Amino acid sequence: MMTPTLGPLVVLLVFCAVFSLATKTFFAAGNLSLVVQQSVIVGTLAIGQTMIILTAGIDLANGGIAVLGTIIAGRMVVEQQNPVLSLLFALIVCTSFGLTAGLLVSRLMLPPFIVTLGLLGIITAITRLTAQGGAFPVTDDLLSWPGNAFNVGDTSITYGMVVMFGLYVVVWYLLTQTAWGRHVYAIGNNREAARLVGIPVQARLLSVYTFAGLLYGIGAWLALGRIPNADPNALQNGNLDSITAVVIGGTSLFGGRGSLWGTLIGTLIVSVLRNGLTLTGIDPLWQDLVTGILVISAVALDQISRGKQR
Amino acid sequence: MTVETIAKVTLPPKGTVVLEARGITKRYGQVTALDRADLELKAGEVLAVVGDNGAGKSTLIKVLCGAVVPDEGQVLLEGHPVHFRSPLDARNLGIETVYQDLAVAPALDIATNLFLGRELRHKGPLGTWLRLLDKSRMRREAQHEMDQLKFHLPAIDSAVEKLSGGQRQGVAVARAAIFARRLVIMDEPTAALGVRESGQVLNLIRTIRDRGLPVILISHDMPHVFEVADRIQIMRLGRRAALTSPQKHTMSEVVAIMTGAARGDEAVEANGAA
Repeated sequence: MMTPTLGPLVVLLVFCAVFSLATKTFFAAGNLSLVVQQSVIVGTLAIGQTMIILTAGIDLANGGIAVLGTIIAGRMVVEQQNPVLSLLFALIVCTSFGLTAGLLVSRLMLPPFIVTLGLLGIITAITRLTAQGGAFPVTDDLLSWPGNAFNVGDTSITYGMVVMFGLYVVVWYLLTQTAWGRHVYAIGNNREAARLVGIPVQARLLSVYTFAGLLYGIGAWLALGRIPNADPNALQNGNLDSITAVVIGGTSLFGGRGSLWGTLIGTLIVSVLRNGLTLTGIDPLWQDLVTGILVISAVALDQISRGKQR
Repeated sequence: MTVETIAKVTLPPKGTVVLEARGITKRYGQVTALDRADLELKAGEVLAVVGDNGAGKSTLIKVLCGAVVPDEGQVLLEGHPVHFRSPLDARNLGIETVYQDLAVAPALDIATNLFLGRELRHKGPLGTWLRLLDKSRMRREAQHEMDQLKFHLPAIDSAVEKLSGGQRQGVAVARAAIFARRLVIMDEPTAALGVRESGQVLNLIRTIRDRGLPVILISHDMPHVFEVADRIQIMRLGRRAALTSPQKHTMSEVVAIMTGAARGDEAVEANGAA
């Protein structure tokens, strides 16, 4: 709504162009579909992360919450529970952890960084206790549904991609076309002003964190569709990867500025980079280096443009 | 051609008392911030409230805008007793407050800031079910109101951070003016501004008054007070020391009453008139 997503879009297109020239295999329907499939989970986590960062918060627990969701659903199905109930229960647990973070941040005014860092530890422990040292292969049709694909021309589209894109549309609508979204931006931009004009700041923060928890639960489902094996060691870097996507997408870590489409583009940039560097046969160690440079450049750009406004 | 105005203003005739505070007392432990303080605001006037630090002017204002609940005393709005438990209560009765620090969201545009917390939705199912904002109507009404207030700003959809400090405070003042149905309270609105920028805000205060909305202006700045105030209430030691006007007393006399160098009860005013 506020920051143009043009910069990140140009970066994405430049990377696509470079890799298309560097290797024939990059710009092929099958490979492009793979790039998007690989970004579905982080892309979904990054939606919640964007909402929270817009309120000037941060979420270090999102990957942990999603993994717990996969373990709960996976274990319940393996133990012959009803798949619908298992999935529902996983969504409820993920949402309640979002709610917990929201209550601590909004009512007790604790810093989001500390709240979600603490929750990450707690959730990781619960995940391991629930998993009892094992992983849960998912054979159930409902849980692996997001991995199913249909073809549009030569391109294979998974239902997971459709779900992620749908979530982007819904949250974009909420953030830019409703009063709730404006309040989210205003709280991140000037919390005291938001309070003075009568915005229910606590309630809005609570709703953001709770909704983000639900999104992480859906992210867990998409993860089971992508790799049908609930593994307690998966998605270790979900939190940092999602923050990377948000930042590269041009959203300010100081809150109040940014756009959700930027986050989607940021997710795709990271995914294209990994895929393209692998295809061109460059040592994968370079992937993290380039991603790191992108993150620092994005934050530096934000800082400089904010400095100009003073 | 008529743009629907947001607040339907039905103001009482000039000179009638809009807001009255009687015998307001507020203690914080051993400290008596307000000691039977009175205040009357009349329709169509700018009433300046001045006083030294600790004279009780901010506490009195906080009582009037609902931020502080008094221990004793009565607040009457158009003759009816009211009990504000929060600023929202006061606002719901048509009292808007402008704060010293610029209460705007800088990254958001002017129209968004004007309607922040009071957004307009589309009529019909789009608004009711999908909660869709009516952005064009908000922009249109924001532009209309700014034109009415004769306050000139860049495009209504430019970010507030692109504005000067005076223009930003103008946005905050305009917000209050647009939504206030009975009166506007301004707490040191020019304290953070330069000379030229203060001028813009003072002009805005006059325009608001001329449109019929009474204004309570709290200020340290005597030249500003003498420029816009119709009447001046001088606070000292938690109560009203004098009620005067720029015509009756000079700046230095007002300062003398404020600091206790001159006697300043209603008798002083009577002496001055005699």
